[in-house]
Amino acid sequence: MDARSASGPARGGASRPRPGALGALGVRFRQGELGALPVVLGLLLIAAVFRLANPYFLTPLNLTNLLVQIAGVGTIAVGVVLVLLLGEIDLSVGAVSGFCAAAMAVLSVKHGVPGPLAVASGLALGLGIGLAQGAWVTKLRVPSFVVTLAGYLGWQGALLWILGSTGTINLSDPFIVGLANARLPVWLGWVAAALAVAVLWVGGEWGRRRRAAAGLPARSATARAVRDAFISAAIIGAVWLMSVNRNPRGDPRIAGIPAGVAGFLVLVVALDRVTRRTRFGRWIYAVGGGAEAARRAGIPVDRIRTAVFALASGLAAAGGILAASRLFAVNQSSGGGDILLDAIAAAVIGGTSLFGGRGTTWSALLGALVIGAITNGMDLLAFASSARFVITGAVLLVAVTIDATARYRRERFGR
Amino acid sequence: MATGAHPWLLELRGVVKRFGAVQALAGVDFEVDAGEVVGLVGDNGAGKSTLVKVISGVHPADAGEYRFAGRRVQVATPRAAAELGVQTVYQDLALCENLDVVANLHLGRERARALFGPLAVLDELAMERRAFELVQELHVRIPTLRTAVAALSGGQRQSVAVARAVMWDSKVVLLDEPTAALGVEQTQQVKELIRNLRRRRLGVVVISHNLADVFEVTDRIVVLRQGRRVASFDTGSATHQGVVASITGAESGAVEPPA
Repeated sequence: MDARSASGPARGGASRPRPGALGALGVRFRQGELGALPVVLGLLLIAAVFRLANPYFLTPLNLTNLLVQIAGVGTIAVGVVLVLLLGEIDLSVGAVSGFCAAAMAVLSVKHGVPGPLAVASGLALGLGIGLAQGAWVTKLRVPSFVVTLAGYLGWQGALLWILGSTGTINLSDPFIVGLANARLPVWLGWVAAALAVAVLWVGGEWGRRRRAAAGLPARSATARAVRDAFISAAIIGAVWLMSVNRNPRGDPRIAGIPAGVAGFLVLVVALDRVTRRTRFGRWIYAVGGGAEAARRAGIPVDRIRTAVFALASGLAAAGGILAASRLFAVNQSSGGGDILLDAIAAAVIGGTSLFGGRGTTWSALLGALVIGAITNGMDLLAFASSARFVITGAVLLVAVTIDATARYRRERFGR
Repeated sequence: MATGAHPWLLELRGVVKRFGAVQALAGVDFEVDAGEVVGLVGDNGAGKSTLVKVISGVHPADAGEYRFAGRRVQVATPRAAAELGVQTVYQDLALCENLDVVANLHLGRERARALFGPLAVLDELAMERRAFELVQELHVRIPTLRTAVAALSGGQRQSVAVARAVMWDSKVVLLDEPTAALGVEQTQQVKELIRNLRRRRLGVVVISHNLADVFEVTDRIVVLRQGRRVASFDTGSATHQGVVASITGAESGAVEPPA
C-alpha cells in the first residue's frame, strides 16, 4: 500500500510540508528541544576566549592533554547520564571510582595480581557495588539520593581502610599505566576515523532510503549529507589533532590517540547506541519519563533501575581506574575533591536533564569538555582556583537554567 | 445488539464487591456488545470506578459471573483482562511524555530486529509503519508521529492513549472520563474517535460525568446508584431528565435499602 498517497496533509503527517532549516530550529526552540546546540556554542565561545588570552590553548599538545585530563571524569559522567535519564541521582560515583581504583592498585602492587585481572576485578567490584545500591533503592524503596549519599561516605571510608597506613600506592604495571597513557599507532587512528566516517555515510543514507521506500517521512539527501559532513569534519579534525607531532620541540615525535581518550570515546558511542537503539535503552527513557506508565506497560521498572545503577558504578570504577592510570598512583584523595560534582555538572552542562528522561551519553563528553576546558584554560592563565570554581559554578547555573526553562516551554507548548 | 440468540461480547451478572464493611457493588449486571458504545453514569460513589476495575481485572469481584463472548472466565488480574482483549484507558493516560508517539504506542511491546535479550535492536521502521497505519485507520490528527507526547494537546494525548489500547487486537475498550480535561474542539476529536471504534466493531464503555457527551456518543446508557444498576436506557429514546432522575434517585423518590 502506498501510505503516502493515502494520507491527507493533516493526518499522519507524512506529507506535511517540512519547514526550512531555520524554521525547524525555531520550532525546536519553542518546544524546548535544543539538544546539544547551546553547549556546542558555549564550547566554541570558551575556545575563542582562551585562544585570545593564550595562543598555547589551541595547540595539539594542549588539546590532547585536555582530552586525557577529562577521560576519567567523562567516563564517570557517562554513568551519571544513565542515572539521570531514570530521574534518579547517584552521589556515590566519586567515592566508588576511588575505592575501585584503590582495590585494583592493592591487588596489582601488594598481591602481584596481573594487570588485566586487577583491572577486571576493580570493574567487577564497581558493578557489584552498583547492584547492591540499586537493589537497596528498588527493593527497600529508599530514595537513591540517600542510598548513594551513604555510599559516598561509606566507600570513601573503604578506600582509606584498604590503603591502610600506606597512604599512596604507586602503579608500575605496564598494562595499568598504559590504559590512559599509551598512544595508539597513528595509522590505527586514521583507520578508525575512516571506518567511523564510512559507517556514518553508508548507514545514514541506507536508513534514509529505507524510510523513503517505506513511505515514511525522511530527511532529504542534501540535509543528511550536510549534517554528516559536519560530523565527519569533527571526527577527522579530532583524529588529525591527535595524529600530528605534538611535541613543541619537534623531537622526539609524540603522536597518536591516547588509549584513555580512545576508550572514553568508544564508551560514549557504544552507550549512545545502547540507550537510543535497543529495547533496554528505550525502557530507561520510559522509566525516566513516567515510571508508573512504564510499569503498567509491563516494563520491569525495578530491574531496569537496578541495572542502570550497576552500570553507573561500573563506569565510575572505569573512570577511577583511568584517572589512577593517568596519575600513576592511587592515594587517599582518589575519587574525592571535585570529581563527583564535576561528573554530575558535566552531565547536566552537556544537556542531560535533571528531571529524567532527556539526554544522551554525548552530553558527558560535551559537558566534560566544557569543564575541562575552563580548568585547563584558567590554569594556563595562572588564575587562582577560586576564580575557576566561580566560573564553573556560573556555567552550571546557566546550563540548569536552560534545562528548566526548556522544560517549562515544553509543558506550555502542548496545552 | 445481543438478543437471546447470540451472547453479549462482555457480560457481568450479579457482581458483588466489598471493601471491608463497604459494599461498593451490590449485585450489578452489565453488558456491552461488539460495535456498541455504552455510557456508564452515576453520581460520585455510585460504583462506576469499582465496576471498571472489576472489568479490567484490577479488583476481582467477590461474587458474580464474568462472561466473555458467552464463555465464563476468571479475570483476576489486568493481564488476564488484556489477554481477553479488554483494555482500559484511565484518566492519567499512562503515557511517557518524553517519548514520541511511535514509542508510546509500542511501550513495553517494542519490536526488535535482532534478538539479543534486552539488548535487542529496535525496529523503528516497522514500529513507525504500524503507528502510521493505526493513526490513519482511526483518523487521529497528530502533527507528526515523531513528536514527543509532551508537545501534544490534551485531545491528541487522549487519542494516542486510546489508539494504544485498541492496537493489540482489542475487543473491548473502557474509557474513564475521556473528555474531562478537554476543550470543545478536542472533545469533538475524541468523540469522533469513539465512533471510529464502533465502526471497527469494538465494544466501548465510556464512563463520564458529562451527560451531553454521553448522549451524543453512546447507544445505551447504564445508570448506577449506590452500587446497583438502577436503569438502562436506549440513548435514542432516553431523555436528559429521565437519566438525571435515575442518577439522583428522584424518579421514584424511594430511598434505597441499606446494603
